[in-house]
Amino acid sequence: MEKFVRHTGKAVAMDLANIDTDQIIPKQFLKRIERSGYGEFLFYDWRFTPSGELIEDFVLNRPEAEGASVLIAGDNFGCGSSREHAPWSLHDYGFRVVIAPSFADIFYNNSLKTGLLPVRLSAEDVSTLAGRSKDKPEYAITVDLEAKSVSDSLGYLKTFEIDDFRKYCLMNGLDDIGLTLQHESSISEYEESSRQTQPFLAFS
Amino acid sequence: MKTLYDKIWDAHIVHSESGKPSLLYVGLHLVHEVTSPQAFEGLRLNGRKVRRPDRTYATVDHAIPTKNRNLPFADPIAAKQVDTLRQNCKDFGVQLFDLDRIEQGIVHVFGPEQGLTRPGMTIVCGDSHTATHGAFGSLAFGIGTSEVEHVLATQTLQQAKAKNLLINVDGDLPFGVTAKDVILAIINRIGTAGGTGYVIEYAGSAIRSLSMEGRMTVCNMSIEAGARAGLIAPDESTYEYLNGRAFSPKEDDWDNAIEYWKTLPTDDGAMFDRTVEVDAAELAPFVTWGTSPEMSVTIGERVPDPAVIADENKRKSYERALEYMDLEPDQNIESIPLDRVFIGSCTNSRIEDLREAAKVVRGYKINSSVNAMVVPGSMQIKRQAEAEGLAAIFEGAGFEWRDAGCSMCLAMNDDVLAGGERCASTSNRNFEGRQGRGGRTHLVSPSMAAAAAIAGHFVDIRDWRFKEI
Repeated sequence: MEKFVRHTGKAVAMDLANIDTDQIIPKQFLKRIERSGYGEFLFYDWRFTPSGELIEDFVLNRPEAEGASVLIAGDNFGCGSSREHAPWSLHDYGFRVVIAPSFADIFYNNSLKTGLLPVRLSAEDVSTLAGRSKDKPEYAITVDLEAKSVSDSLGYLKTFEIDDFRKYCLMNGLDDIGLTLQHESSISEYEESSRQTQPFLAFS
Repeated sequence: MKTLYDKIWDAHIVHSESGKPSLLYVGLHLVHEVTSPQAFEGLRLNGRKVRRPDRTYATVDHAIPTKNRNLPFADPIAAKQVDTLRQNCKDFGVQLFDLDRIEQGIVHVFGPEQGLTRPGMTIVCGDSHTATHGAFGSLAFGIGTSEVEHVLATQTLQQAKAKNLLINVDGDLPFGVTAKDVILAIINRIGTAGGTGYVIEYAGSAIRSLSMEGRMTVCNMSIEAGARAGLIAPDESTYEYLNGRAFSPKEDDWDNAIEYWKTLPTDDGAMFDRTVEVDAAELAPFVTWGTSPEMSVTIGERVPDPAVIADENKRKSYERALEYMDLEPDQNIESIPLDRVFIGSCTNSRIEDLREAAKVVRGYKINSSVNAMVVPGSMQIKRQAEAEGLAAIFEGAGFEWRDAGCSMCLAMNDDVLAGGERCASTSNRNFEGRQGRGGRTHLVSPSMAAAAAIAGHFVDIRDWRFKEI
């Protein structure tokens, strides 16, 4: 997994609650067997007309959104399916951080395994940052994972909550499977104990 | 004193230490073609194996066609995805219930049907509707592809424990009100993020009175209320359903299993972090009008008027939804004309769902303006429905009778709404474009969908004239 330590980048705001995974990456693009290359399909139905032409007034298509890497969104971002293609597509498009008042559980979890940092801030703070990004085309936000802080050049500075273990994994780009396999003997013991105490539940 | 969730959780801890997520053992891992290829590829790149092929079962459901399956797929990308799963299952020793098998079906339909799903078990799948299996008192939830790889390699998952939410549905369900209406009512009440951070336990006399099929419908849509998992305590209905199924324990093992399963229900006095009470007697058939499963009304109500909503964000989202759905404020739900009807999906494609729908359809023809189809949840259900004469009722009325798969629930295959088409659907999500770009989805129960197919618009199933033939 790609490490995440600190990131400064241009912010873009999508003022909607409940942005679901079907919007983030429509299902017709889930048939690929690769993990990369989903960026061009991000928010496809909002970015392009049915005939494939750019919808110019969609926020990500505006010239000022070019190069944005911090996405600001509404409540319950990423609700819907468990498709990891959603954080893959955001990351592949160039986003490194999503800031929202709340996230759907599975999306939040998947993002942390993709190197995309989901940051929860209060609805009021999200609204402040969204307002600034709309007022100022080159508005940038800095997210420092070590300090668990979000800041900008206009004096905004707030901390956010993240599980310490997830923070550690992200900052070091650690592979979950490798970490779990350090407990291989515990897994074997668990399996052996289940075999002994509940043989009737074995699959044969 | 522990809840059902606490008990299952505690029984599956492999390792825990403070400040880190627990390592939870996974009893059953279900795999399908869409969210697994990158996970198997990850194993290959790292020289890893599937740790427990005997606890890993695969089928194809999401991207496959539901007709002419003997022919090569029209979609070469979907074909490649299915072929990749076949190769992965072969290379890693995983049993695959492929298109030529009677067991093949939607992953959350075939698991319980084959007796792979059991009370007290932990079940994961790279699909958010895995909570369906919670109907059996299994802790079941959807995971992403990185976690699929993690489970394949280690048979465990790194998990933080969720909070306990009790939803008590007491009383008798009125005629015409189904399990689907119960869960739509719950989502309407607590909102699509209402269950975020919780595992839901559904309890109360109305839940106990549901068949296993009905319980699966309720648990299935837990994720639409934001909860990763929903549970119902096992009881006699659960044991009766599982007894004799292909993978269910047999003979002495069966008796021992039941003895264990009877220890699972929540202890009297166990603490829940939150409790929601629902009065079953007050429920009515639901229809969603918007682009989120919480945007619903009962059949007698009207489309809401955003103008009267004080909260600005909510008002904006209502306005946007009405525009997408092409509906007017205060419009009568029964006046909404339909182009398509879809009966299927992991929510409502089981034999009982098809029986309920067929009861409504018997003796009628579908409306000439409607194109309707029934997609059974598994090939076994399809054959059973044919043997019971249900297929003849559907086909006689003008429904298309398809092969098993996810089909138009997510429209990954060619079962897709055209732009502007409006569909009464027994599936679980009415998001923008869910069933096809520009398509408009109204979520309803199987009997409401069947009645809508015949009338050409929504009708109140409680007033339906059932024909006995």
